[in-house]
Amino acid sequence: MRSLTKEPFNLIVAGVGGQGNVLLSAFVGLALVNEGFTVTVADTFGVSQRGGSVTSHIKISKKASYSSVTLEGKADVVLGMEPVETLRALGEFGNPQVVVIVNPRPVHPAGGIPYPDLDLVKQAISGLSARASFINATDEALKMGDPLFANIILLGALMGADVLPLESGAMLPILQERFSGAMYDKNIEAFNRGIDLCRNP
Amino acid sequence: MADIAIDNPGGVVLLMGNEAIARGAIEAGIGVAAAYPGSPTSEIIPTIAAVAGKRKIHVEWSSNEKVATEVAAAASLAGIRSFAVMKQNGLNVASDFIVNLNMTGIGSAGMVIFVADDPGGMTSSNEQDSREVAKWFDNPLLEAQNAQEAKEMVTWGFELSEKVNLPVFLRGVTRLCYTRGNVALGKLPSGGEKKAFFPEIWDMYNPAKSRFTAGPSQVAHKNLHEKLKKARALFEDSPFNSYAGPENPELLIISSGVCTSYSLEAIEELDVADRVGALKLGTVWPMPEKLIEKRLLSTQKVLFVEETDPFIERSVMEFAAGRLPEMGGLAFYGKRSGHLAPFNEQSADLVIAALADILNIPLAPRDPGYRKKAEEAMALVPARPINMCAGCPHRATFWAVKNAIARDGRNGFVCGDIGCYSMAFAAPGFYQARTMHAMGSGIGMANGFGSLGDYGFDQPVLAVSGDSTFYHAALPALVNGIYNQSNFTLLILDNSATAMTGFQPHPGTGMLATGAPAPIVDMEGLCRSLGAEVRVCDPFDLEETTDAILAMMQKKSGARVIIMRHICQLLKAKRKIPGECKMRVDDEKCLGDSCGCDQLCTRIFGCPGLMWDGAAKKAVIDEAICVGCGLCADICPAGAIIREEARP
Repeated sequence: MRSLTKEPFNLIVAGVGGQGNVLLSAFVGLALVNEGFTVTVADTFGVSQRGGSVTSHIKISKKASYSSVTLEGKADVVLGMEPVETLRALGEFGNPQVVVIVNPRPVHPAGGIPYPDLDLVKQAISGLSARASFINATDEALKMGDPLFANIILLGALMGADVLPLESGAMLPILQERFSGAMYDKNIEAFNRGIDLCRNP
Repeated sequence: MADIAIDNPGGVVLLMGNEAIARGAIEAGIGVAAAYPGSPTSEIIPTIAAVAGKRKIHVEWSSNEKVATEVAAAASLAGIRSFAVMKQNGLNVASDFIVNLNMTGIGSAGMVIFVADDPGGMTSSNEQDSREVAKWFDNPLLEAQNAQEAKEMVTWGFELSEKVNLPVFLRGVTRLCYTRGNVALGKLPSGGEKKAFFPEIWDMYNPAKSRFTAGPSQVAHKNLHEKLKKARALFEDSPFNSYAGPENPELLIISSGVCTSYSLEAIEELDVADRVGALKLGTVWPMPEKLIEKRLLSTQKVLFVEETDPFIERSVMEFAAGRLPEMGGLAFYGKRSGHLAPFNEQSADLVIAALADILNIPLAPRDPGYRKKAEEAMALVPARPINMCAGCPHRATFWAVKNAIARDGRNGFVCGDIGCYSMAFAAPGFYQARTMHAMGSGIGMANGFGSLGDYGFDQPVLAVSGDSTFYHAALPALVNGIYNQSNFTLLILDNSATAMTGFQPHPGTGMLATGAPAPIVDMEGLCRSLGAEVRVCDPFDLEETTDAILAMMQKKSGARVIIMRHICQLLKAKRKIPGECKMRVDDEKCLGDSCGCDQLCTRIFGCPGLMWDGAAKKAVIDEAICVGCGLCADICPAGAIIREEARP
């Protein structure tokens, strides 16, 4: 088991309902349990179906099972599937040491609520993190033919960033169990593309 | 979890609370599991259903929670362990049966009822605390801290149920149900052949031996209290209760459920383990009084951490009031003192704040410079209000409803109900629903409004019900409306699934909980046989649907039902049914800000597949979200939204 820099080590996945962050977080949790860690994976959502804010909290420990939600200001890594949701998570859980990996593709809120200037949002994310990587996951996923691949591309980017106590190979058996045939190949392609986008921006 | 019935004792796996609960029931050797879908419990039945054949378990989606509980109890009476699952609202539906089941007892095989509350109302219309119901009805109640303990409590709950001959409640909350955690698996039962048999025993004055009627209630009630005493004695030594901390703590925290994790995390974060003791109560009702007494006598200050009502707080204070000479000096903190709130979720952060206040510990907030920057950045973050999905048929239905009501011009309105279409009280359904209470209440209330003619009431009344809700609780109200000749129109929004809780099948879908085929209870034929005039519309045909609603609204009498039939978009995506068309906004035709429509498509119609391009001041399609239902082409007054060729 790799060492932990902190107890518990807190990963937050921030996005919009329907983007697949619940599945992504469960994959990370499964891999961590396989490596012997004690984890909690909890999804926080408002009263919403698709289109509301969804934040998943993954708490990683070597000794105990912690409560579901991250303490204020205690995120170690934020994986953002959407820019303003990333900023929302940093507002509550960010700190000067936090590492951010973010998909800069906006998902507009309902009801014609204007989306803020994306450059300002990106600047604010960079200003609130020790290090921020912008991964064009939705654009890459659309190139692959389905925007839903964005979450596996981001999972790859998260593993590529090497910020969790996991080797990227630890994710392969999880993907293998979940997907088969052509879907497995597509997801592995997305996963590797994510690793590559993170390591060779 | 790929196989919830994997035989690997001691193996550690990651399970969602709901999966761990299902596993606990399988390890306990249940023979019957029944429920009506209700988040946050909706995953339990499908998890058991996936192994129903292999483990010989009868698993069913019942038409409502009362029926589910009755189905389960019958199994216990016939010697087969049974499991009923419900959310807090469902417990209310089942309650009339449960309170009487307590009078008769459950027979020779245990019965556990898992009930999940929803502090914060994340998937509910209220924050009911079901522990109060257990106390009110005289049921033993356990409350689990995490997935591992939930699994163990289900299994032990069956033993307890058999010892006291009562249904045992296991209570959870949304955080328990939906948090995944490490779970060490237990042994699976060998699965020896068990024959169900309902014994013929009848003893009028011994309810334990007359299992099929709620006999003389004063005798049964006395016995019920004896059973609770027995449960209390078992709880005094239960390993589900534990204490961590100094023998004489400066402050004692008493907590239950997920609040125990919040408390332990707060103690660790503030580094006060040498000053603060933590008593975890897993057996919440009836309260183990000796255990509580011992800990109360070891301290001067007590903080209660629980969700949602001050249930343990009141129970302990009531107990202490009976021991005033020894306990008169205790200071109690919690919801009465205002340190924590009797509504919404608790959290480790809230417990930290309460502890800091009581123990006079200065709190070091986040780096002040960072906090200021973060607050400034929050000004950029827009609200993200609730919405229906791209391509949702309910959006089409409520668009038609809105236009029909406007054309009718007599202040018509909709009585709302429980489901995705509950959102019709807000912008996603164009604020059309004016009431929203419980399952089936929309049509019941429509019955009432539609009976006020003698008082000059002349507004057209519409009620909505989902397809699953129709079978759950709308049916008796429809019968009532026909019998009492109330004046209203029922719209059944038939999207072929219990969509909000995760597409569970129901009596109209032709499928069982296990996926096996089932007879279809035909809602159209059923409504007709009751004497209603029935029409079926596809809400995506906006014009025809609007005309149909208007025509039905304007009838003066007779029961009227319109079935709005169109498959849920998410179900369509799950079944890989492609969208009808590819959508495009014609830049020339979209007049943007100068159109006069005031951004009708994005601001009012509000499909998430449409975006307003702030720079170009025109609408655009978000190709990552649009599913190609084509509806927006029909609402754009400039005809600027174009349906292109069918998707490949």
